[in-house]
Amino acid sequence: MDLLTQLSKTSTKPFEKIVRVFITIAAFAAIFISVAIVFTLSTEAINFFQDPEVTLKEYFTATRWTPTFQNPVYGVIPLISSTLYIAFIACLISFPFGLFSAIYLSEFASRRTRKVIKPVLEVLAGVPTVVFGYFALNWITPNIVQRFIPGTEVFNAISAGIAVGIMIIPTIASISDDALNAVPNSLRFGSMALGATKRITSLKIMFPAALSGIIASFILGFSRAIGETMIVTIAGGQYPELNLDPRSAMYTITSSIVNVSLGDTPHGTTAYNALFALGITLFVMTFILNIFSDYIARKYRKEYE
Amino acid sequence: MSDLTINSGRKSEKALKESIFLFFLYFCVIVAIVTLMTLIYDVLSNGYNRLFGDYEIGLITKLQIDNPGDFLTTLDSRDPLKAGIGPAFAGTIWLMVIVVTATFPLGAGAAIYLQEFAPKNKLTRFLELNLTNLAGVPSVIYGLLGLAVFVRLAGFGRSVLSGGLTLTLLILPVVIVASREALKAVPDTIRQGAMALGATKFQAVFGQVVPSAIPGMVTGMVLGLSRAIGETAPLIFMGALTYVNYFPDNPLSGFTAIPIQVYNWISYPQAEWLNTSSAGIILLLGLLLSMNTLALFIRNRFEKDW
Repeated sequence: MDLLTQLSKTSTKPFEKIVRVFITIAAFAAIFISVAIVFTLSTEAINFFQDPEVTLKEYFTATRWTPTFQNPVYGVIPLISSTLYIAFIACLISFPFGLFSAIYLSEFASRRTRKVIKPVLEVLAGVPTVVFGYFALNWITPNIVQRFIPGTEVFNAISAGIAVGIMIIPTIASISDDALNAVPNSLRFGSMALGATKRITSLKIMFPAALSGIIASFILGFSRAIGETMIVTIAGGQYPELNLDPRSAMYTITSSIVNVSLGDTPHGTTAYNALFALGITLFVMTFILNIFSDYIARKYRKEYE
Repeated sequence: MSDLTINSGRKSEKALKESIFLFFLYFCVIVAIVTLMTLIYDVLSNGYNRLFGDYEIGLITKLQIDNPGDFLTTLDSRDPLKAGIGPAFAGTIWLMVIVVTATFPLGAGAAIYLQEFAPKNKLTRFLELNLTNLAGVPSVIYGLLGLAVFVRLAGFGRSVLSGGLTLTLLILPVVIVASREALKAVPDTIRQGAMALGATKFQAVFGQVVPSAIPGMVTGMVLGLSRAIGETAPLIFMGALTYVNYFPDNPLSGFTAIPIQVYNWISYPQAEWLNTSSAGIILLLGLLLSMNTLALFIRNRFEKDW
């Protein structure tokens, strides 16, 4: 009986109520953020497409992006192709290095080595992107790219892509490492008991067994490469037309957003609204990739539970 | 170990393949480490002199600041040899204060709700999915959101307050997830023990579980904060200024932050700016590294191993 009265007393304390309401609101803040993102991006983007200066057809078919020129052209194709191009270069770097680092960490490294390498990867993951941009422009371009690939300009897609790739190595390594570690030891030991070497075990048994987790990490890495902003702004240059030569400058979705907003574009102008059209394009691209990655990772998790 | 391979030629070939593979794996790991070291070395060699005192740099330049450390307090300048990072440093401190004040209660509160009180239903499941997706949204998008919501709608203008709140939105998902992990690590026996002694659910959570999870939550907060202060893109959108020659003195003043200042310096073509931007990067990396060390320290010192 005592307990009952105490229970009813404590649960009606005003302080307790306030705290409960507060934490519930805090939890729902995440939904507010999502709704706000979709709402602001789409309303301003709708304004953009309602502008007589632009048409949906121009946005998706024109091959120039020059919103601040005298005769502005709003064609998203060169931006999307540059974005995918640089992300592709980044994947060429980060997929093999990330994956094989993960295989080393989970299958070969001793506990002590792991304790050294993991923090190094964490530090690499924590380096601000503006620093990677500086590194791409002032170190990778003159010392690597221009030395080995003649005809490379100061601003080019290759070094931007390499730097983005380095930036996402830790993401891929750490998720793939988790995926490999989640494979039950019975598979590992079973393979070795049948006489397979460590190399055969990791490549023929562990890799396929963790494949969905690894693919999820690749997709997530690709999505991060698409959304990366400062590296491509600093090192990738601005070339507003369709260009497939990686030795010269490119213009990604993200770097064009930065450049337009640096140009002090007044609120309500077409160029300002164009930022949001680009924003929603980017949002949709990364959102689909993230959902896809999450779906694959989830499907995988069920297999061994 | 007994060797069943009869053909010793095949065996050595196998061993060779093993070593090549292992060598290849080493190579992949070492590339990551060497890259990080090269980056740090490059930044240090370019920026050390600019940050720590009055030395000859390279062949041409002589610094015109008197004391080591002045770099941290001097105003920005059009002259690379006189430019300091004072206003940006102050701006970053302002941002940190605002971000912590706004993020910790929200992040911890949301985590406590989701982990301890939320019913297991579709709505909660949706909330969780939503959080995972928010963590994957590119940071530029948060800049556009901050511009629309804080700068325009709420009328805070292009101020340090708008900047701090934008960064709060950016790291909130990460902090919530980290705080949930901290709460998850507290064993159920603590909850059951408290309730068996007559505590209400509320008392059990706030009297027992949350205090044990605080170190983990703080660690998550510090890591989130270190991500926030390294962010450049969202602040550029919501209008942090690239040339600021005053110290922000209230939440509504205009501001710049270290990464933006660095970006601004990088974009100047003259070679002398290289040293100045490197000095800025050293400061930024130093700040981040000390925060990561702090997080590691809290984790090792206070976190209980259940």
